[in-house]
Amino acid sequence: MIDIQGLQKSFGDHVVLRDINMHIDKGAVVALLGPSGSGKSTLLRCVNLLTIPDKGSIRVGTHEMTYSGSATRLPGDRALARFRANTGMVFQHFNLFPHMTVLQNVMEGPATVLRAPKAKAREEALALLVKVGLQDKADQHPAQLSGGQKQRVAIARALAMQPQVMLFDEVTSALDPELVGEVLGVIRELAAEGMTMVLVTHEMAFAREVADEVFFMRDGVVLESGPAKEVIDNPQQAATQQFFARYHAAPAR
Amino acid sequence: MYEWNFGYLWQYRQLFANGLMVTVGYSLLCIVFGLMVGLVAGIGGLAKTRLIALPLKWYVELFRATPVLVLIIWFYYALPVLIGVAMTASVAAVLALSLYGGAFYSEIIRGGIISIDPGQTDAARALGMTRFQVMRRVVLPQALRRMTPPLMNQSIMQLKNTSLLSVLALPDLVYQGQAVAHETYRPLEAYTLIALMYIAILLPASKLVRRLESQRVE
Repeated sequence: MIDIQGLQKSFGDHVVLRDINMHIDKGAVVALLGPSGSGKSTLLRCVNLLTIPDKGSIRVGTHEMTYSGSATRLPGDRALARFRANTGMVFQHFNLFPHMTVLQNVMEGPATVLRAPKAKAREEALALLVKVGLQDKADQHPAQLSGGQKQRVAIARALAMQPQVMLFDEVTSALDPELVGEVLGVIRELAAEGMTMVLVTHEMAFAREVADEVFFMRDGVVLESGPAKEVIDNPQQAATQQFFARYHAAPAR
Repeated sequence: MYEWNFGYLWQYRQLFANGLMVTVGYSLLCIVFGLMVGLVAGIGGLAKTRLIALPLKWYVELFRATPVLVLIIWFYYALPVLIGVAMTASVAAVLALSLYGGAFYSEIIRGGIISIDPGQTDAARALGMTRFQVMRRVVLPQALRRMTPPLMNQSIMQLKNTSLLSVLALPDLVYQGQAVAHETYRPLEAYTLIALMYIAILLPASKLVRRLESQRVE
């Protein structure tokens, strides 16, 4: 479902992604783990071209984009928008649209991007809100919701576009501990339903439980990868061992 | 002790009323045109292509660095000669004030847009919106709400600036005040009256802006 080859990205002099190569099967749940600055979020943002890579190619489903350094003529706004409509992203700080109600937030993608008729968009949005357990908040504004509720709305909003892939960028990092569980529950359900997902997360226990595969990143490369339980419980590289040592030493949540 | 006699002015009430209408009329014109110019210059100034953004930035800097009075006079006396087109005082005045206001409006608009959390743009683009859709559906609606108090303040200044149109002999409130003062030899009453008339319009407007500002605090 997702193929990444030779991906490189620098911000000025700072090299964030050196040479990323990845393959993710349809229906797979992948966790990107690693210390801060390893490039996890940048990689995620390259998958849906929110960040344009310097070099490399990205294929998501049937959509593919290739970049060959400064020689590339960047694709137009419309082409990029079409590529992005194929993936759904959920952000650490929710990024719900404050001037719209919860229902309007969820409807916004289909109504504006897919030009779906309003009634249909509303119906499907309501169904998604039921799915994440927030149908009675439909007419409220994001400011009236708790963090966990906001994030669940954000997930519903991304799902409304019926993406082939869902991208989660540290979606529980900004939440109070008590609220983390409700969000992870929704993600767990999505995984069980067979959605292809890439998660950048610090929730090790969750990654270990839900992810099929783990990619451990450090300094812009994938240092180690493999089945989740294997990489987390039995890391091979020294850097990986050091990273997970802290997790194993901490008391179980 | 000077003996005030406002009663003297009553016979000229039609002139003052006309002056008021002219002032309000020019103000509305210059506010509307100024906003149109400001919107184009503000959003255009954010364009990625230097070919569009740079000239707009130059325009803004130029008009912010020139006194309004100088602009009004220049547009009436110098511009027609430069471009070879005859211009009435009205046209020159509206042109000058609209472009002047536009420069300030554009900075307010630009500031309002960039003050919107980039996460909003991220989320909108992640849904697959084009840049135009992002602006129209997510950024501008929020930015406009933020911009309204400073835009209204600038509009109040536009109205005050129309008082300078009197130097082009346009029959606004100041001009009428001068006319009456010269005829009645009572400058104190005439000028105090027009000052009060300006205050009567602008004080409520100013209060409205304050109320909007405090409402907006989330």
